Amino acid sequence: MDLHLDRITLVYPDGDETLTAVDDVSLTVPAGTTTALLGPSGSGKSSLLAVAGGLTRPTSGDVRIGEDVAFGPHTPLRAATRTRLEQVGIVFQAPQLLASLTALEQLELHAHLRGRRPATVRDEATALLGEVGLADLAHRHPAQLSGGQRQRVAIARALVGSPDVLLVDEPTSALDHERGTQVVELVTRLARERGAAAVIVSHDASTLGSVDRTVRIVNGRLETAEALVPG
Amino acid sequence: MFVALRDLRHARGRFTLMLVVIAMITFLVTFLASLTAGLSRESTSAVTDLPADHLAFAMPAPDDAPDFTASTVTPDQWQAWADAPGVTSADPLGVMTTRAESSTTTAPVTALGVEPGSVLLPGPARDLATGTVALSADAAAALAADVGDRVDVAGAELRVGAVVDEEVSFAHTPVVWTTLGDWQAVAAPRGDGPTATVVALTLDEPDATVAATDAALGTVTVTTAQARSAIGSFSAENGSLTTIQVFLLAISALVVGAFFTVWTISRAGDVAVLKALGASTRYLLRDAMGQAVVVLVLGVGAGTAVAVVAAALLGGAVPAVVGVATTLVPAVALVATGFVGAALAIVRITRIDPHAALAAR
Repeated sequence: MDLHLDRITLVYPDGDETLTAVDDVSLTVPAGTTTALLGPSGSGKSSLLAVAGGLTRPTSGDVRIGEDVAFGPHTPLRAATRTRLEQVGIVFQAPQLLASLTALEQLELHAHLRGRRPATVRDEATALLGEVGLADLAHRHPAQLSGGQRQRVAIARALVGSPDVLLVDEPTSALDHERGTQVVELVTRLARERGAAAVIVSHDASTLGSVDRTVRIVNGRLETAEALVPG
Repeated sequence: MFVALRDLRHARGRFTLMLVVIAMITFLVTFLASLTAGLSRESTSAVTDLPADHLAFAMPAPDDAPDFTASTVTPDQWQAWADAPGVTSADPLGVMTTRAESSTTTAPVTALGVEPGSVLLPGPARDLATGTVALSADAAAALAADVGDRVDVAGAELRVGAVVDEEVSFAHTPVVWTTLGDWQAVAAPRGDGPTATVVALTLDEPDATVAATDAALGTVTVTTAQARSAIGSFSAENGSLTTIQVFLLAISALVVGAFFTVWTISRAGDVAVLKALGASTRYLLRDAMGQAVVVLVLGVGAGTAVAVVAAALLGGAVPAVVGVATTLVPAVALVATGFVGAALAIVRITRIDPHAALAAR
């Protein structure tokens, strides 16, 4: 399903004033494609990602997944949480893995959150770890993995349950150029194979060669949008 | 408890430390409860084991609280109680803590004066005669006396007619039984004629009988359980030990609460991530409270087990009583108060914003 951001505005209180982090942004990310949100620090790209993932309610505008409104200004917290669980996968800037869980358990957790036995997703989780090149490290804890390996576990975790939307926040910030490029290529490939609408937030355009489209955001507004390249 | 159980394994050092602390507090509470029950029994078993359900006191002033050292009932009063409707039995009972002397030693005892043939006398001493005394097992041991020996009770020389194989005591002194007449001879009765300390009653309908008869006779009637408070040493002792137990329960709740406060704060980042991944607040609270219950049950279980073993080993040296009331009840109370402390700490999970997961760690 496509991801639609319809006229999203996000205003934060800032002392006695207000700060407009996202200003009337509309964007559609077709299913199976990856769009990179590019911009300098403080431009509003992470805020837009937070709105797209239902982590923050927009001041106005709606986030739609397919035809359904997923997150809006009045979406109840419980409904937003449920939608995130069932339809959205998020990869954070730092891998944010749980220290007590092995790589495989990080993925099985998704099933438990949905009220199912972890074993029900074991095959899918094992396959996903294989796809990110970590099949042999499935039973290691985060402390036993390198930074790049942890990032790949985080990507695999976000894809458990085949979400419609994949949101990736600054995946290359802690990696060198070569590994950063590989991570972006991995996200793009997996999103395409799984038909997910993927958004990657980044401030480093040099690693984004594999994405389908790059969108620049400055001061909370979309500035340019490169044409979508068929994958 | 997918995450909680794995956290327990992963951070086993921290949780083991917490388990040890909970176990130590549990040991203190449980052992103290056993000791309280033992001391209570030493202080009151002569009253609580009586084959009666109420005791009627006659206090010097109408508003005085029942007190064994101040109560004096007259023959008119116990006869009136015996004639009152709904009264199955009414037996005068004299209570006096004094000194007894055998041919070899002396010991403090409590002399219970009872009419011969009364149900208040233990079975083997039911045919107690004037000039004889029945000794409880502890009194016989303390006086090194046996059947046929002569002992001096508060100045009256009596022959030991029976040794009762029961541990019965009053205010931490072993009990001896004499006839009411012998008891009255040494107890310096006050008022008109021979008296006793209380009337031991068995009532069919206490609610209907007590108030009206007390009002008519000027007595104060309480249950045998309530009558424990009429023993001065029991009130002071029990009050102090119970207060210590309550403080320990409160400290337990604070310690558990403090631990889970620190633990919850330290994993706030993980909670934010879990929320961002789609974990509901209810799921997270259940997970965290389940973890707290596991820690509490393991810690309290270990502490209770150690306390039971210690009480068994020290049974001869201290009056510890091991039973449901001194083990299971404190254990449940500790788990409950610890649960409350943990809940107050863990509830902060509800305030953690999933947006925080976007911040780099």
